[in-house]
Amino acid sequence: MTTIYIPRDSGSLALGAEKVAKAVAAELAARRIDAKIVRTGSRGLYWLEPMVEVETSNGRVAYGPVRPSDVASLFDANFLAGGEHAKSLGRPEDIPFLAKQTRLTFARCGIIDPVSLDDYRAHGGLAGLEKAVAMTPLEIVQTVTESGLRGRGGAGFPTGIKWKTVHDAPGERKYIVCNADEGDSGTFADRMIMEGDPFVLIEGMAIAGIATGANKGYIYLRSEYPHAVATMNAAIEVARGAGVLGSGVLGSAHAFDMEVRVGAGAYVCGEETSLLNSLEGKRGVVRAKPPLPALQGLFGKPTVVNNVISLASVPIILDKGAAHYKDFGMGRSRGTIPIQIAGNVRHGGLFEAAFGMTLGEIIDEIGGGTASGRPVKAVQVGGPLGAYFPRALFDTPFDYEAFAARDGLIGHAGIVVFDDSADMLSQARFAMEFCAVESCGKCTPCRIGSTRGVETLDRIGAGIEPETNLALISDLCNTMKFGSLCALGGFTPYPVMSAITHFPDDFRPREVAVAAE
Amino acid sequence: MRMQQASTQIAARTAAIIAEHQGLEGPLLPILHGIQDEFGYVPQDALPVIADALNISNAEVHGVVTFYHDYRREPAGRHVVKLCRAEACQSMGGDALAAKLEALLGIGFHETSADGAVTLEPAYCLGLCACAPSAMVDGEVIGRLDAERIEEIAREVRA
Repeated sequence: MTTIYIPRDSGSLALGAEKVAKAVAAELAARRIDAKIVRTGSRGLYWLEPMVEVETSNGRVAYGPVRPSDVASLFDANFLAGGEHAKSLGRPEDIPFLAKQTRLTFARCGIIDPVSLDDYRAHGGLAGLEKAVAMTPLEIVQTVTESGLRGRGGAGFPTGIKWKTVHDAPGERKYIVCNADEGDSGTFADRMIMEGDPFVLIEGMAIAGIATGANKGYIYLRSEYPHAVATMNAAIEVARGAGVLGSGVLGSAHAFDMEVRVGAGAYVCGEETSLLNSLEGKRGVVRAKPPLPALQGLFGKPTVVNNVISLASVPIILDKGAAHYKDFGMGRSRGTIPIQIAGNVRHGGLFEAAFGMTLGEIIDEIGGGTASGRPVKAVQVGGPLGAYFPRALFDTPFDYEAFAARDGLIGHAGIVVFDDSADMLSQARFAMEFCAVESCGKCTPCRIGSTRGVETLDRIGAGIEPETNLALISDLCNTMKFGSLCALGGFTPYPVMSAITHFPDDFRPREVAVAAE
Repeated sequence: MRMQQASTQIAARTAAIIAEHQGLEGPLLPILHGIQDEFGYVPQDALPVIADALNISNAEVHGVVTFYHDYRREPAGRHVVKLCRAEACQSMGGDALAAKLEALLGIGFHETSADGAVTLEPAYCLGLCACAPSAMVDGEVIGRLDAERIEEIAREVRA
């Protein structure tokens, strides 16, 4: 029986995948064709979504972007046997955007039924956990350390070292907390994994539990992702039923179980200590460090807090070995990173690649330039707290240290492209305004500084003492950067100062800017 | 305007929701989500019931409810439109669409229309950044918004 694959992640749904699936089902019924529809995650080629794939004797063949009105003609073109159609894309693996990737963490995403454990196993799933249950906790920690994996949430802290701290911490009760509060604009890698391959996250968390002696895991998942919540919950239920989770993980002596906790719309809860407070049922206020969460985290117990992608990268490291993973990348940035290309870009989507590609390659060659067809003016890398880079810095390689050296950050590897209609003063103002709205209020530089920042930028925009106010905003950013308790206040200066530094024309009095055009 | 529930009825239904979640570690957020699912907002009358059950102060419950953007203190409109206002959507003309939607609905963000038909809320990222601008209308995600689609949404929710 022919199998038709239609995505159902929220990105594809937002582009009409549900209507396409219904149209396909209706045509199958009307034409009395016996075929199976499997709903998958997304491969991450969003300009081609909804992308429909058919299993043929030559492997899968893709069509996209499919509109409901295309469906009847697809059947007429015999797409079930791979027939030619205006929307033919050929073999998905041959589409350059996919062919150029190195899919380690996202190997299965968009290919399998997300909640079928059989599919997951058939595509190499659980191999890492099977190895882990036969290893000592320290051997697992050692493997993760040797892989060079660093926290993919943005901070880039070595995952193995964090795990070692929790492993060594005394205590009967320990926790694995997965930070799935993916609030940064331009990022959707966590969402795609949770909606497209949730078992890989479950597997990674179970491995983390075995390595550190934790037997309870929480996924703190933002409320803006209801589809991810539903898919994760369904997958956890399946994993529990199959003995992947429970009192004996894969029949071993290790107990590990987990649950999803839904956030409540606070951006700052992506910061690990405010996330822990939120999980405890408190206001999501940032905690001072030390103590480190690794020693005194959730409910005061030793806690691993890792990003979704960090944890989802662990199974393949255990399966293929530390060296296999470490072989990818450059400098101290090892392995692959799922780059999310977003905003005003022609080919937006998820591109997993080894560290080291330049920003220019990613935007121009992979992304294909802007969607509007106008020149790229700026790209913001790393979410609302990331720097705006001009074209002049497009030779920067995607690497933690290389970005830091240019006063930027990779963050969660989201890139938002802006064309030349962007006004960088407005973008800088938005950064301050966002910080003011989302500040937890605990520290003064963030709570007050962000509001003063908005006011000062407004004065610059109005042409009031621009020189004095630019000096003032620079001084304010310095205070926020070094005086804030967490990255919200501490990193808001990145978008603000990078906008001022790289796009000074946008900060001159408005009349002059108009006259210059 | 919808009639608010009698306080005794709220207390009884709140107690049932608390009972469902009380076995959890850190049950307050799940309880508040449960209450908002039940009533469409977090009624003031529910707060002392929660405080009492969890053995925390009214002030602590109030503090948590007011910290998080999701918890509404008043019932929402029959339709809820969440429009993403974050950078990726800005880069695709999201600000202009936001202004258009405000004008079409005759309300600003965080407001509910006088006839109770629609509540307009900002979202800071729906994770649909590769198909921006995006929105969520009554839980349904919509990508690649344009002026025409915004007009459609405004018509649908005001019908």
